Amino acid sequence: MKPIYKYGGTVALLFIVALVGLTWPVSDPTPAGPRTHAAPADLIERGRYVATAGNCMGCHTVRGGTPYAGGRVLRTQYGNFYTPNITPDTETGLGKWTADEFWQALHLGRSRNGQLLYPAFPYPSYTRVSRDDSDALFAYLRSLPAVKQRNPSHQLQFPYDQRVLLRVWQRLYFAPGSYVPDTRESASWNRGAYLVEGLGHCAACHTSRNELGATDAHAGLTGANLIGLGWYAPSLSASIGTGLGTMPQQEVATLLKAGVSYHSAVFGPMAEVVSGSLQHLKDDDVDAIARYLKSLPAQEHDVDAAPTLPEDERIGTMALGKHLYEQNCASCHRADGQGVAGKYPSLAGNPVVVGGSAVNAIRIVLHGGFPPATRLNPRPYGMPPFEPTFTDKEVAAVTSFIRNAWHNRASYVSPNEVDAYRAVPES
Amino acid sequence: MKLRNGGALWGKWPNWLVGYALLTGVAVTAYAEEVIPDTIGQRVKACVACHGDQGRASNSGYYPRIAGKPEGYLYNQLLNFRDGRRNYPAMVYMVTGLTDDYLREIAHFFAQQHPPYPAPQTPASAQEMTLGAALVNKGDAARVLPACAACHGPALAGVEPGIPSLLGLPRDYLFAQLNNWKNGERKAATPDCMHGIVGKLSAADMTAVAAWLSSQPVANENRPAAQPASPLPLRCGSMPQ
Repeated sequence: MKPIYKYGGTVALLFIVALVGLTWPVSDPTPAGPRTHAAPADLIERGRYVATAGNCMGCHTVRGGTPYAGGRVLRTQYGNFYTPNITPDTETGLGKWTADEFWQALHLGRSRNGQLLYPAFPYPSYTRVSRDDSDALFAYLRSLPAVKQRNPSHQLQFPYDQRVLLRVWQRLYFAPGSYVPDTRESASWNRGAYLVEGLGHCAACHTSRNELGATDAHAGLTGANLIGLGWYAPSLSASIGTGLGTMPQQEVATLLKAGVSYHSAVFGPMAEVVSGSLQHLKDDDVDAIARYLKSLPAQEHDVDAAPTLPEDERIGTMALGKHLYEQNCASCHRADGQGVAGKYPSLAGNPVVVGGSAVNAIRIVLHGGFPPATRLNPRPYGMPPFEPTFTDKEVAAVTSFIRNAWHNRASYVSPNEVDAYRAVPES
Repeated sequence: MKLRNGGALWGKWPNWLVGYALLTGVAVTAYAEEVIPDTIGQRVKACVACHGDQGRASNSGYYPRIAGKPEGYLYNQLLNFRDGRRNYPAMVYMVTGLTDDYLREIAHFFAQQHPPYPAPQTPASAQEMTLGAALVNKGDAARVLPACAACHGPALAGVEPGIPSLLGLPRDYLFAQLNNWKNGERKAATPDCMHGIVGKLSAADMTAVAAWLSSQPVANENRPAAQPASPLPLRCGSMPQ
């Protein structure tokens, strides 16, 4: 008898057991917790703040569209996700939902009809949102005008379009949780941790994901490629070269509130987060976020092996880069790369320039842009795009130069890398 | 603004002062480099990378002149890019995080600039030019098509606050805008009068109009009129009537 016949039954049985095990719904060890019942108006007001801290509107609104009516596309390597309408419309929105069902979505990644949700909705973070915040958020969303807007269905490649597989995914990568305060730390630190790890879902961008889109809890907020968007979410660890190591806590807070700080400026997807969320938060909350972020440990990184070019090419690239820098960049970013406080960011020692990926530096040279206009910085200074005038070789040279001038040391950028980012980033 | 190098530094400041600064660790670069002016002109250097110094553009390529256009028109376009009624990716990307107040200030700045116009582009065939001239200046009564000049002014210099000049723009840009309006890529505040008009134009009409407009010489005094010369033939959401 061939082994396949001999053991066939056992293998099949094991397979079935594994399948049942993997697809069995994840259990929720979290007690529902005490629920306070605030007056409706207070609850709605609190919910408005929760929505702001979570930047719900950012994803659930299409450019120029009705707030919270959804339809914005999230581009990923698995295909395009379209965000749902979360206004109280009964047909196309959350009209029929209850507070319990809403809590299940945030906490368990489970929709009203029992279907599991794709983790493009960052419930691996939201699972730590408190029941009170969930109820307040729900009350706020229910207070919005109902908008009838049916959004496109997700357009995902096979097999990612098979929603039933999310049972396996949840079994492998998701555990419902709650935020458990660390009693050794201050109230402010704990508040910061709750906002960063829960509501603010920073991990959705700043933590790397595995091939099935699960954020790697062990990696922490050590930076990640935003595949689909074509940006790099930098490390928030205490690493000196690539993280927040050299930035004082106060400057982190200023950067998050104002969009610019003494040495830095936000851009791309983070500009949206500052614009739509962080600039509107209470100072105490932004300080708490900065405090928590500054307490994150330094991470060991693969050292970005600096010179990858032959000696003569390196000299040529640096010479061209230096020439272009002096002609086009130095009047604002200065010859010493120190920039101008609050107006033009420093390039010397800036983790965005030398960090784990050259993508952001390439992007900013190509497409320029403005930091967001905020309460504290209502009239930001802009950066010109060089995409229309520079060749790939020139962009590569000037980017390589700023990554290796002064005390900066990072890999050289090739013209091919530049070419991949010529198209304007879509949001 | 050109960076001063070390040589200029030594030339400008007495040696003893520079020596003192070096010795005491005072930031030498602060002396060596020009102060960044706290002006709107400095803030919008991102815009002139494509639109040219002061927003003058050129007579080639795609980028439109923005200098001297009515403030209201420029402001509306910035809002249109930010809020989904126009979709040119580089512009959408630029204005995404900017507020109404700031966009208004940017519009005001470029509306105040009056640099010289570029030379006109070369004319097209006589047949095309005749068709273009007729549509621009007379329209086509048979198709209930008003002349461009009926709204944009007899000199096509635009009208405050919402109607732009049609002169001094590259042909490719003009054609692309007409085409975008036709296929719904470009929109304006409702009622979107341009959408209705362009719907009646054929590809040949649009080519002829773009060719004629882009080949007209423009006097430097060409400024938007304070008000329409005669009542506008259509209601237009971008223009208070």
